[in-house]
Amino acid sequence: MATTYRTCPISGLQFENHAEKLMRWNAVAGVLWLLVGGITALLVILTRWPAIKLLPADQFYTILTAHGIDMLILWILFFEMAVLYFASSTLLRCRLATPKVAWLGFWLMVIGGIMTNVAIFQGGSSVMFTSYVPMQAAPHFYLGIILVAVGALLGTAVFFGTLVVAKKDKTYTGSLPLVVFGALTAAIIATFTILAGAGILIPTFFWSIGLIKEIDAQLYRMVWWGLGHSSQQINVAAHVSIWYLTAAVIFGAKPLSEKVSRFAFLLYILFLQLASAHHLLSDPGMSAEWKVLNTSYFMYFAVMASMIHGFTVPGAIEAAQRRKGFTNGLFEWLRKAPWGNPVFSGMFISLVSFGFLGGISGVVLGTEQINMLMHNTFYVPGHFHTTVVTGTTLAFMAITYLLVPVLFRREMILPKLCQIQPYLFGISMSILGLVMMGAGTLGVSRRHWDMAFSGAPFQYEWPGAAYLMMGLTGIFGVIAVIGGGLWILLVVGSLLFGKKLDGGKVSDKPTPIPANPIAQSASHSGSDEHVGVPGTVVLAGLLFVCFVLYYFVNWKYLSEVWLLS
Amino acid sequence: MSAILPPTNRLWWKESIAAVEWVWIGIAFVWGMIMFGMMLYWHIFGKQNLSNEVYKTTPEMFAAKAEKFIAENTVRIETGLNGEEIPVAKIPAGGEGYLIARLWNWYPTLELEAGKEVKIHLSSMDYNHGFSLQPVNINIQVIPGYEHVVRMTPTKAGTYAIVCNEYCGIGHHSMLGRIYVK
Repeated sequence: MATTYRTCPISGLQFENHAEKLMRWNAVAGVLWLLVGGITALLVILTRWPAIKLLPADQFYTILTAHGIDMLILWILFFEMAVLYFASSTLLRCRLATPKVAWLGFWLMVIGGIMTNVAIFQGGSSVMFTSYVPMQAAPHFYLGIILVAVGALLGTAVFFGTLVVAKKDKTYTGSLPLVVFGALTAAIIATFTILAGAGILIPTFFWSIGLIKEIDAQLYRMVWWGLGHSSQQINVAAHVSIWYLTAAVIFGAKPLSEKVSRFAFLLYILFLQLASAHHLLSDPGMSAEWKVLNTSYFMYFAVMASMIHGFTVPGAIEAAQRRKGFTNGLFEWLRKAPWGNPVFSGMFISLVSFGFLGGISGVVLGTEQINMLMHNTFYVPGHFHTTVVTGTTLAFMAITYLLVPVLFRREMILPKLCQIQPYLFGISMSILGLVMMGAGTLGVSRRHWDMAFSGAPFQYEWPGAAYLMMGLTGIFGVIAVIGGGLWILLVVGSLLFGKKLDGGKVSDKPTPIPANPIAQSASHSGSDEHVGVPGTVVLAGLLFVCFVLYYFVNWKYLSEVWLLS
Repeated sequence: MSAILPPTNRLWWKESIAAVEWVWIGIAFVWGMIMFGMMLYWHIFGKQNLSNEVYKTTPEMFAAKAEKFIAENTVRIETGLNGEEIPVAKIPAGGEGYLIARLWNWYPTLELEAGKEVKIHLSSMDYNHGFSLQPVNINIQVIPGYEHVVRMTPTKAGTYAIVCNEYCGIGHHSMLGRIYVK
């Protein structure tokens, strides 16, 4: 198919015509799903806020199911498709492989997403994101998710194909850029995640139309989490790639060590998948040996990988800033960072919140015995709102401030509000995650309509602190929804009314990446090349101390409950 | 030069790694091993480990065993807030008891003795349920088709609630059970 290449005058990035259109459509579709997910988020929050309790039970469970599906699957997957096309075609400056297949994938995802939402809002499929059997949804609930998965698999295949095109057309020399390598990690994880999903959702679909008599409830949970958790690992690989991308674009940051960062991504591919087991720690069907082996993510190799990225991303920024002369004290490099640029502020809040809140809580939650203190409590959504939301979603929001001018060729409107938005959303969502974890620590259940247990044969009074935490959840939840809504408003407003920007030169041939973009004035090996990163060392040390303390505090809590054996 | 371009040094895998990075990798690795070791340590020396005693069952088989237990061990009948009659079954020290999870109640009410270990057989008659003992905060998944035998020793006398914390349909919030510890 004939195509053209446009070189963006702002960023120097080169966009191939088909890839550019696909990125735009996928990103816009993602934003629309985020809008639906955001409205449902507000309704969920206002119902769980004990003082308000907006919706009746049946509507609450319907809305909560929609919130999970629209956020965790649809918003994130559509945006990730755009990220994959960007990381392949744009960063490698080559044509997109088989754009027709990519469009087919896009439309399958659109149709599937709408189909599942129709099933949910018809009311007969309030089975939650997890749809544990034997609770049954309408057949088109499962079929829609299957179509989305097939569409995403096609998009992933196009990504792999594009890497082959770049190699064949020699648009770059040497190894893949680190960000593309990270995206490749995400795509590889996506492939086996989607296959696990097919392995359980296709039989479940047949069960829902009566072709299969029974699906074992424990087996379903095990295979389903191969989809449910692993898909969050795609997000981790994707947003870590975006952290590196942001560091590169804003600071010209070079990875501290290509070897270490790539090795950490490789650990994700090898070990993250096993993390899915931590959803089954309080299940009857698996042995303690199986749980310990899998939840230690094979001795925490994946945790180690995240700790490495948590060090090398700020480390790369610090090194770049110090090279520019911000060398005073421990933190001049950080103080003088462009905090008014939402691309950077969003990325950095994402990094800190994901590390300190999402990361630490996730590892504690994923410890075999400690899991009994938190399984199915409000702690769990508290944890993943600080991974998937302040981690992934905030990283995606931040990079969009870059994509609107270069990809959509529009200036962002209301720049003052753009500056505030990452703080408003990132900080309120981080506090939301914390107070949710607080409520969970006090025992409050997730996916539960009524803390007063109306209609129950007994009464149980939650401690007052639990009500306080749920009230705070309501307040910060509403602020977070406002912060998210503001982002949608700014992005959609800019796409419609932003000042049009010059698209840059168009050519019918790609310009390959020059073999050596920067003259090699110094040797690139040898230890004198390393710039010291004392500020990052202090930050990492702080993270580690918090991690260790919080980990052992939870063992202390556990030692105080009833004895179990 | 930067992370969005191919590594400047084509032989990047031959570059040395800064000492500080090695130290951090070492810390992360050792910490991972410690966390792995903690779970094993707790299995040997800890007092809170989830039982591995599990049998495949069916709702009918489990209900029959539970009914037999209730018939033999009921010490009194209580009336719930909606007027329902709920048997209170006492599990003697060292004995075994049954707890049914179903839409939407925990059946029967159990009575235990503080400091005395009992075995509680848990299973569901229908959907997934969540055994969430409050305010102790012990949470165990209850899955239909699986009979989970959990050994528990209550530490303090009191009245405890069993909240269902796995979503099980429209009446989920009313699924509240009770355990007495004397």
